[in-house]
Amino acid sequence: MKFTKDHEWVSLDGDIATVGISAHAAEALGDVVFVETPDVGKTVAKGDSFAVVESVKAASDVYAPVSGEVVEANGALADAPETVNASPEGEGWFAKIKVSDASELDGLMDKAAYDAFLATL
Amino acid sequence: MSDEILKTTPLNAAHRALGARMVGFGGYDMPVQYEGVLAEHKWTREHAGLFDVSHMGQAKITGKDAIEQFERFVPGDYKILKDHKQKYSLLLNDQGGIMDDLMAGKPDHNGLYVVVNAGNKDADFAHLRANLQGDAKLEVLEDRALLAIQGPEAIDVMVQHEPALAELSFMDITWLNVFGVNCYISRSGYTGEDGFEISVPAADAERVWNLLLSDERVKPIGLGARDSLRLEAGLPLHGHDLDATVSPVEADLTFALSKSRKEAANFPGAERILKELAEGPSRKRVNLLVKEGAPAREGAEIADKDGNIIGVVTSGGPSPSTGNKIAIGFVPPAFTEIGTELKVVVRGRPAAAEVVASPFVPTRYYRKPKA
Repeated sequence: MKFTKDHEWVSLDGDIATVGISAHAAEALGDVVFVETPDVGKTVAKGDSFAVVESVKAASDVYAPVSGEVVEANGALADAPETVNASPEGEGWFAKIKVSDASELDGLMDKAAYDAFLATL
Repeated sequence: MSDEILKTTPLNAAHRALGARMVGFGGYDMPVQYEGVLAEHKWTREHAGLFDVSHMGQAKITGKDAIEQFERFVPGDYKILKDHKQKYSLLLNDQGGIMDDLMAGKPDHNGLYVVVNAGNKDADFAHLRANLQGDAKLEVLEDRALLAIQGPEAIDVMVQHEPALAELSFMDITWLNVFGVNCYISRSGYTGEDGFEISVPAADAERVWNLLLSDERVKPIGLGARDSLRLEAGLPLHGHDLDATVSPVEADLTFALSKSRKEAANFPGAERILKELAEGPSRKRVNLLVKEGAPAREGAEIADKDGNIIGVVTSGGPSPSTGNKIAIGFVPPAFTEIGTELKVVVRGRPAAAEVVASPFVPTRYYRKPKA
């Protein structure tokens, strides 16, 4: 699992990247009450806002950590957005992206680097 | 804003000790949540929530001309207000716009006790001080904290400390020794629940706060839930639903325009306000139930069913008590009838919405049965 400075995570299996928000991000947001996942088939570029996560107080953009085509969205979040709080780096995943350039992951942080990054915030 | 020096309330250390997440609000470092907004919201609806609202402005207006002078700023009749009663009112500018909304009451036999919003208090008090005439004097109560205890169990908690509080009805206010100190205490709040607002000396704030929290029915509640609770109760928030351009008629707050004051037409902006009362305003506050999609928040456009933009959302979000998405906004009067089908535009996407009655969630204010 790799992390971005915007607190998304990405986990690569073959050329399919599962994407979500980090436990730190979920904790910082507070109670998640709504998630807007991307449409399947949509092409996203690294850094694009491709999903929205909403707490009671505010809506926040989620940025694509890698470029590619959305091949699956986590439909379960529509009825159970609280899954993002309960299991941010597991069942609370947002979407699966068929990556167009796996080398984009090279610039992302591993868990140790991300934890070190969080310590600087 | 990041280098803004935030003021603190006398309970700042207590919030931090409870692990609150702190944010800047109205110039103060305030707790937005403790355990979580949803849990705190639901706790208040089911038990009793304790809020630090010491950031709000408290003042006394005293002197034999106090009532008459105060009425020059607001459209309410404070002459007929009985002792030990408070009344909601509006600080109006000369254009009839709402500079702030406030509570003013007669807790003792010494003028008025007034509570105004945190973000407006400096401007409000400067305006009052500069324009009060005769012997009416404004005394800002800088050395007092303000707590609110709200929810169905608030009364049971409070009568343990002072049995006489059971005698208060909604909007009653008194000056009473509770917790060993003199308090302004009213049966009112900003959640739609029964409860009390308690002004205590700053030096006693932390002791009273901890004493109330020692009751297992009471939990601390942050500003996040305060906002979702007031939204469900259909209570507007100044700076969002109300501002210096919005009139009481537009804001659907005509209950704050006392009959005698309308007849005398002697409050700021009376010309515009009376004209709007007679002819209708150009926009009016409505409650919206958002029936699909994401919550509609402040700034989201409101469209008619054909997609024409007719207004804007001024507050909105999830309703934790009902699971619905709710909003307050302004639209032309032709679209304000209950049941009118509208749309709210969130991130470019129109979603179905319907005009519904206020409040969204039934209020449970306590009104003492007439003897």
